[in-house]
Amino acid sequence: MKKRYLVVMLILLSFVSLFVGVTNISPFDLFRFDDHQTQIFWQSRVPRLISILMAGVTLSISGFIMQQLSRNKFVSPTTAGTMDSARFGILISLIVFTSASPIEKMIVAFIFSLAGTFLFMKILDRIKMKDPIFIPLVGLMFGNIISSITTFFAYKHDLIQNMSAWLQGDFSMITAGRYEMLYISIPLVVIAYIFADKFTIAGMGEDFARNLGLNYKQAVNIGLVIVALSTTLVVLTVGLIPFLGLVVPNIVSIYKGDNLKNSLSDTALLGAVFILFCDILGRILIFPYEIPIGLTVGVIGSGLFIYLLMRRRDYA
Amino acid sequence: MVEVHSVSKSYGLKAVVDNVSVNIEKGKITSFIGPNGAGKSTLLSIISRLMSADTGEVLIDGQKVKETKSRDLAKKIAILKQSNHLSLRLSVRDLVSFGRFPYSQGKLTKEDQVYIDEAIRYMELEDMQDKYLDQLSGGQKQRAFIAMTIAQDTEYILLDEPLNNLDMKHSVQIMKVLRRLADELGKTILIVIHDINFASVYSDYIVALKDGKIEAQGTVNEIITSLTLKRIYGMDMPIQEINNQKICVYFS
Repeated sequence: MKKRYLVVMLILLSFVSLFVGVTNISPFDLFRFDDHQTQIFWQSRVPRLISILMAGVTLSISGFIMQQLSRNKFVSPTTAGTMDSARFGILISLIVFTSASPIEKMIVAFIFSLAGTFLFMKILDRIKMKDPIFIPLVGLMFGNIISSITTFFAYKHDLIQNMSAWLQGDFSMITAGRYEMLYISIPLVVIAYIFADKFTIAGMGEDFARNLGLNYKQAVNIGLVIVALSTTLVVLTVGLIPFLGLVVPNIVSIYKGDNLKNSLSDTALLGAVFILFCDILGRILIFPYEIPIGLTVGVIGSGLFIYLLMRRRDYA
Repeated sequence: MVEVHSVSKSYGLKAVVDNVSVNIEKGKITSFIGPNGAGKSTLLSIISRLMSADTGEVLIDGQKVKETKSRDLAKKIAILKQSNHLSLRLSVRDLVSFGRFPYSQGKLTKEDQVYIDEAIRYMELEDMQDKYLDQLSGGQKQRAFIAMTIAQDTEYILLDEPLNNLDMKHSVQIMKVLRRLADELGKTILIVIHDINFASVYSDYIVALKDGKIEAQGTVNEIITSLTLKRIYGMDMPIQEINNQKICVYFS
């Protein structure tokens, strides 16, 4: 897969994305929109496209960083409890501050997702059996435990309906004013690029890192903060998008290797293209209705995940 | 010079390294030999600050390892442990490039590239420098890791069982490279090695450990004697001299 093709696909799909929807907006009208069309275009279509792209980029990069730091190809925000912990944080912020502002929600959710991710990494340290398939299973179980705790409290406080909004990623609710928080992920991507070498060295193991004079713990901590914060931002604005951070980095790793500095741009591009494709699919399959992105990515992503698992087995 | 001053390390109640003091000379190959569990690898890890000693201290060129910044040490001493299982898909060249990290912190300069090319040439990896590590055989991988340590361009190179999983041809190749590193570039090389004959033929000094203590140390001629080896390994080893090299015949 050449980077050129990814860029072309990205531009093409972005264009399609802007002109698919219930309100008929055709590219031919671009310079003679009526008021309604202008409003839909700038209030809904553009914000939607931007949030899709940013969510795709950050989740894929987060996944890549996580796989390096945990030294396991199958660890990602979905399979390490990060997403579930973020959702748990959102619930707590709703219970504790009844009318939590977006920033309050973000901070609480971030703290929870960070704590959850750290906890998972601690569990990982303790596990003697480093089987590549066993570890994501532990992560999924861990995530499910947190998820059931969330459901329990949500049920007690009558917040089930609210919480389900964050269970299923959905871009149809994105309008101007409801997604801008995602812009925080842009500096995160920049930081990820700056630290790319350090993450890769940390991924070679603690002894390797120390031999090269790298502060291993610091690199891991910075990586996990990036992962937890970007995951939180996506869960808060869009909802859970499973398997994206798992599938995209694995595909890039196959054709481009694991040197994060080399693979970062491909990961970002492929992540954006993949999620954009899933979103457009979800919007046209049952037109004029929509299949939420969490479901389309979940179905396609889990299919690819199974394929990757089988492929891995063949190697071993 | 590496100075080890009464270093001890225990896991639980078992002292793995027990009050060891040893000086290692510059520009020579020093081999650490001894039976399994003698504490050789642990000692190497302590010298290279991968592990900390319970008591005692290590000095490199008069500086205490404990008090030296890890980043500075990375330009002085390089260690390669014995099991190097990487789950990352890296190309050989990328791996070797990471050896320059202590200098470049990620941004490779032209000078770095020269060192990388040199290290790759030293280990004869030119043909496969763009291959991924998981496409290589065990021996090729090992050579790639050693190339990375060479690119690190440190005065001291510590290798924990570098001949593990290598066939005879590649074992000899690696030992010859180490010899060249010591003789041509003046590097100080410390290796843990199991094959006593490789230790005998290629090293300058031998340090023999047993049960965490130093059982014997000295030049090859001093250590490779039936009497000393019996003390170390607890078995009889007739020694033959072939082409001025002492070869232990321990197969029966």
